Amino acid sequence: MTTHVRFPSPYQLKAPAGAEGWQRLYPYYLVFQDNLKEKEEKKFWFCDSQHWPSPFKPFDAVTVEFAVKCLGQYNTRHYLVPPANGVDYRIHNGYCYMSPVSVAPELIGGRVPQFMERAGYYFQNWDRLLVNWDKKVRANIADLEALNFEKLPEVVPLDWVTGGVGLDNTYGLMETYDRAIQLLYKTWQYHFEFLNLGYAAYLDFFGFLKGQFPGIPDQAIAKMVQGVDVDLFRPDDELKKLAKLAITLGVADAVKTGSLEQPLAAVAKAPGGQQWLDAWTAAQDPWFNFTSGNGFYSTDKYWSENPDIPLGYIRDYIVRLENGEEIDRPTARIAAERDRITSEYAELLDPEARAAFEGKLGLARTVFPYVENHNFYIEHWSMGVFWRKMRGLSRLLHDAGFWHNPNDMFYLNRQEVRDALFDYCNAWAVGVDAIGPDYWPAEIASRKTIMAALATQAPQPALNEPPTVITEPFTIMLWGITTESVGRWLNGTADKSQLTGMAASPGNVEGPARVIRSADDLGQIEQGDILVAPVTAPSWAPVFGKIKATVTDIGGMMSHAAIVCREYGLPAVTGTGNATSLIKTGQMLRVDGSTGEVTILS
Amino acid sequence: MLKILDGRTIMPFSTACEADHGRMGGKCASLARMIAAGVNVPDGFAVTTEAYAAHLGSGELRNRIDGLIRSIDSDRVDDAEKKSAQIRDAIMAAAMPADIEADIRRAYRAIAGNDDLPVAVRSSATSEDMPDASFAGQQDTYLWIVGEDQVVERVKACWASLFNARAVAYRARIGLAQLDVQMAVGVQKMIDAAAAGVAMTLDPITGDRTRIVIDSAFGLGEPVVSGEITPDNFVVEKVLLEIVRRKIADKGHELVADRAARRTVARVIEASRRSLPSLSDAQVIAVARLAKSLEKSMGCPQDVEWAIDRDLPDGENVVILQSRPETVWSRKRPAATKSYAMGIEGVIGTLLAPLQVKP
Repeated sequence: MTTHVRFPSPYQLKAPAGAEGWQRLYPYYLVFQDNLKEKEEKKFWFCDSQHWPSPFKPFDAVTVEFAVKCLGQYNTRHYLVPPANGVDYRIHNGYCYMSPVSVAPELIGGRVPQFMERAGYYFQNWDRLLVNWDKKVRANIADLEALNFEKLPEVVPLDWVTGGVGLDNTYGLMETYDRAIQLLYKTWQYHFEFLNLGYAAYLDFFGFLKGQFPGIPDQAIAKMVQGVDVDLFRPDDELKKLAKLAITLGVADAVKTGSLEQPLAAVAKAPGGQQWLDAWTAAQDPWFNFTSGNGFYSTDKYWSENPDIPLGYIRDYIVRLENGEEIDRPTARIAAERDRITSEYAELLDPEARAAFEGKLGLARTVFPYVENHNFYIEHWSMGVFWRKMRGLSRLLHDAGFWHNPNDMFYLNRQEVRDALFDYCNAWAVGVDAIGPDYWPAEIASRKTIMAALATQAPQPALNEPPTVITEPFTIMLWGITTESVGRWLNGTADKSQLTGMAASPGNVEGPARVIRSADDLGQIEQGDILVAPVTAPSWAPVFGKIKATVTDIGGMMSHAAIVCREYGLPAVTGTGNATSLIKTGQMLRVDGSTGEVTILS
Repeated sequence: MLKILDGRTIMPFSTACEADHGRMGGKCASLARMIAAGVNVPDGFAVTTEAYAAHLGSGELRNRIDGLIRSIDSDRVDDAEKKSAQIRDAIMAAAMPADIEADIRRAYRAIAGNDDLPVAVRSSATSEDMPDASFAGQQDTYLWIVGEDQVVERVKACWASLFNARAVAYRARIGLAQLDVQMAVGVQKMIDAAAAGVAMTLDPITGDRTRIVIDSAFGLGEPVVSGEITPDNFVVEKVLLEIVRRKIADKGHELVADRAARRTVARVIEASRRSLPSLSDAQVIAVARLAKSLEKSMGCPQDVEWAIDRDLPDGENVVILQSRPETVWSRKRPAATKSYAMGIEGVIGTLLAPLQVKP
């Protein structure tokens, strides 16, 4: 067998048929430029299909821009992480590729004192600063929530004229758009304010234990720091409470009737029904700001706008309760298990190491709640509000004739949306027809063809020549990319019935595969299936009661999928690279979440 | 001649107390300790060091042994072999004191209920099984011994094995008075093992204490202990009790009981079974769980011999045949006291150290 030493260059990877010209969908700085070939080919790029598993619509690229830029700023400019700057990123054939930027060796030493002063301040004042973070993020969400995109009136209101305002309604409309983008930008700055430091402290604890016990499973280390009362699990917990309440109040059958409007109407008529409806309404703010995706796509379905999703889960829970099943997360058992594991490892250490263990564990447990909880506040809640507002703007311009479908705006990038909005405002002011209605429908149709063509091709796991050793800490922790995993991508395994990934959550089971590529297909999952997906989202939690195990293409120990699987006590193998392309629905699998091995049995 | 007191020569595992352990030898004392701690150990009794001393007596046999030892020409290997064989013959030829023999027969019948129970007869030396003076394996073990006549004969053979050439030479080298060494013998119900082997509560290769390493094969465990066959190898993570590695060997033979012939026999394993795991995953975890609890109750890493009893149902069929302190890694001392960078300095150290995490 020949050993491949490099991945293809992006300059060799042509667009799939029908996707030619895709570059115009994205800003110039996000695509590989021809005149930079020599420079770009020297860098190693890996595909982040963990966060962006499918091609971006042009507007949705704002998520990768803001997220990855803001990740970088904290390493490079806030804390001066000694060996690591940010992560460079490009879009190629619709997928996102990342390239971590290391600091020149001679500059690392000089950054250490600055890191100690800046990051040290955060570690020392973590809890106080986090209280402040919570306030900032909630205020930011409130600001987003307050935004409204309203149709321009026939004329400027009289009192604006008589009040000498001197502005028209387009001024506010355009400001609202700019403000939405700025608030989104702020959201992503806040997202990384604590995250990189949280991972670094966790990594210190992780590396210490690996030094003490070379064979300690990653998941054992994660179990020592993971929280029990995690906000990320609250939405699911709320559904469980509503299921129980429905049974207690005797409205379970009403909840189970018909499609969406019918059950709510049926409950309203039932005695005690109003109490359940009040609880249902109360749970929504904020816990239904929860996406069945990962928050990075405009197509994400949020529970608040798609109440049939949480309602369906509640019905499942009711059925399981009626069958006498226990649906609550075993929080007491998880807490006891966390204590047992921690003390058993501590007992195996010599006294000096044990003192270090206690100290590092303390810091890791201080920072870890942020790592687990931020996801709800940013990806779910903040992003949920943002997408809802953007859909409002898209509908407004749709009503003004700019495109054929209410959500077509997302085929424009964020700068083009600003142009279209000005076009709308301009035409209103001049008293002519806007140009957009005669320009965008054809362009959007062409872009839809391109998007469909891009989606036919899976991304390359990586581009160009990999480094001999991957040492960049964030690459390893966030993306689960190691020297070994890159080696596996390059050479694959000779045996196509055997896949290897990260041992993310322990246990060994066999069962039929169910390959799920998007949240829309979650309904196909049957009791006892093994879920095989490019990546899973925490909000898929309700299906975790049905499945036996999870296998993903992408993801590390700290990926959201790994956290949820450990929480639900399900075996998980993450970061297999190509499980969704090798495995077909219905095949029998054996998943060993302790060794990271997946075997296709038939 | 030493007066033999009732109960001094025979000590059942199940009723021995700490004060009796010295007379039972290391192996039997450890079995008694495990039984007291509630571990599933097959029943049996020790023929104590006092019985051995009584057999040696103070007269003719003792003098003859003493004379043979003094006459060994330590420069000639064949001379040591010849003289130690003569010592063993003398021990075997001497009649056992009648009261001791009667005690052994009575004790055997007490655990057997009749004259048919197969037992294992093993030496239990007083200096064996100590972390700092490993005699392990230097004395003999007799498996599947049936009937009181045979038991009496094998007890004597164990006593004699104290004078195998290697043991004699070892004692001479470290300056141990040959006739002061005491020897007890364990007589223990034989387990008809579906599978058996050893478990170490650390990784013997790396010393990693988060691992339990299990060697296992079909049938009785002796071929695994003595290294005659390549066993299946399982590595279990100690805290999570998860199997992290399985290496299933192609197992050619198994040592099993031939009940009719009243002995063990090495049997060829049929082709369909030889590459199957000798333990189910649940059994691997059950063995690991027991080894882990032994380590905890004994206070240090253990080297455990275990068997799966064919006659017991799953869930309660793992029995412990022996547990002794692990000797190699336990004697190692860390070279120097390490210091660890803490707080932000620890974080910086981690960020700067080339990090290689194996998935």
